[in-house]
Amino acid sequence: MTLLRFEQVVLRRGGRLLFEGMDLVLEPGEALQVAGPNGCGKSSLIRLAAGLLRAERGKVERSPSALADDNLALDRELPLRRALQFWGGAPDEAMETLGIAQLAPVPVRLLSSGQAKRATLARVAASGAWLWLLDEPLNALDADGVERLSRLLDAHRERGGAVLAASHLRLPGEWRLTELAG
Amino acid sequence: MIGDLITRDVRRGTTGTAWLPAAFFLLIVALMPFAVGPDARLLGRIGGGVLWIAALTAALQPIERLIEPDRADGMLDQLFLHGIADESVAAAKVFAHWLTFGPLLLIAAVPGAALMAMDGAALLRGEIALAVGTPGLAALAVAIAAVTAGLPRAGALAGLLLVPLAIPLLIFGAAASSGGHAAALPLEAAISLLLTAGAPFVAGAAIRASRT
Repeated sequence: MTLLRFEQVVLRRGGRLLFEGMDLVLEPGEALQVAGPNGCGKSSLIRLAAGLLRAERGKVERSPSALADDNLALDRELPLRRALQFWGGAPDEAMETLGIAQLAPVPVRLLSSGQAKRATLARVAASGAWLWLLDEPLNALDADGVERLSRLLDAHRERGGAVLAASHLRLPGEWRLTELAG
Repeated sequence: MIGDLITRDVRRGTTGTAWLPAAFFLLIVALMPFAVGPDARLLGRIGGGVLWIAALTAALQPIERLIEPDRADGMLDQLFLHGIADESVAAAKVFAHWLTFGPLLLIAAVPGAALMAMDGAALLRGEIALAVGTPGLAALAVAIAAVTAGLPRAGALAGLLLVPLAIPLLIFGAAASSGGHAAALPLEAAISLLLTAGAPFVAGAAIRASRT
């Protein structure tokens, strides 16, 4: 079962052609990194895969996915655990894996940017979706955070999940690489 | 999930500044005796209309916090990824917004009617007209909030958009309050229903269009 398929996708944003003729297939257990310089359309590709943007031409077949980008999407006045619970699932295991279990009673607005990044990753991990879309997952993460994220992704792929990540940095682990021109 | 969203929006609406629209409403009503003089007969006669002008002003007050914070924080994107249609999100927001706005306004209308020297029967007519009209007002506020979300100086623009669109509601709402015509209340109900039914589609389309 293919989790994500792009066929000859053309994306234009604000009159500028970001990419054309994009083909992309993501099978269970796969991890694909989209790389390229700033402004080349990495984030737009992720939002296209999430269904948040529409392609100008071409076909996008997508299965339900979970997205972690720079937006927190957690209620700032709530304790972290309750804010994560709004999105359903059981966040405890994901919080444990990402090393933020002890932050459960802390209001979201008090989290540091690294802790907030871990929280958005925990939201994705707790979602139960097979396809994970990560936009710049290493932003604000320290060495321990990168290590934990790497373990989380490995476990997800072993279960048969797939990951599409956009980053200009080298991601830990084994990734198939797609380079976007600037 | 929709139930959770309504509960969340009501919780966020009732913490902090939930009383502000009602306070605004009372403030506008309280200005009237100063502006037109303390003649009780005159105040009583215009009371129904004044309550509606005040309700309209109060409806503008919370517009900027209805949609924009959730758009900017990615909440709307995440709800979409959870398979909830933008229209359903908008409908939930209309319902939650009315729950935090309508009942408080109905309560504030009691002292408001006293300030306008309205008698018991006039107060009852005014309350019925407000109860029928506030869902339409709340729906319109959510639709305008979605249309203006993310724009600079959205609050001022929202006022310019909302007030003209609320004029039919104002006409029949104020007429039903003053009890002049028997047909005013059914007509007000029809307009309120139209706004309530149409707003989720307008707001849903606006949320989709604002995604970049």
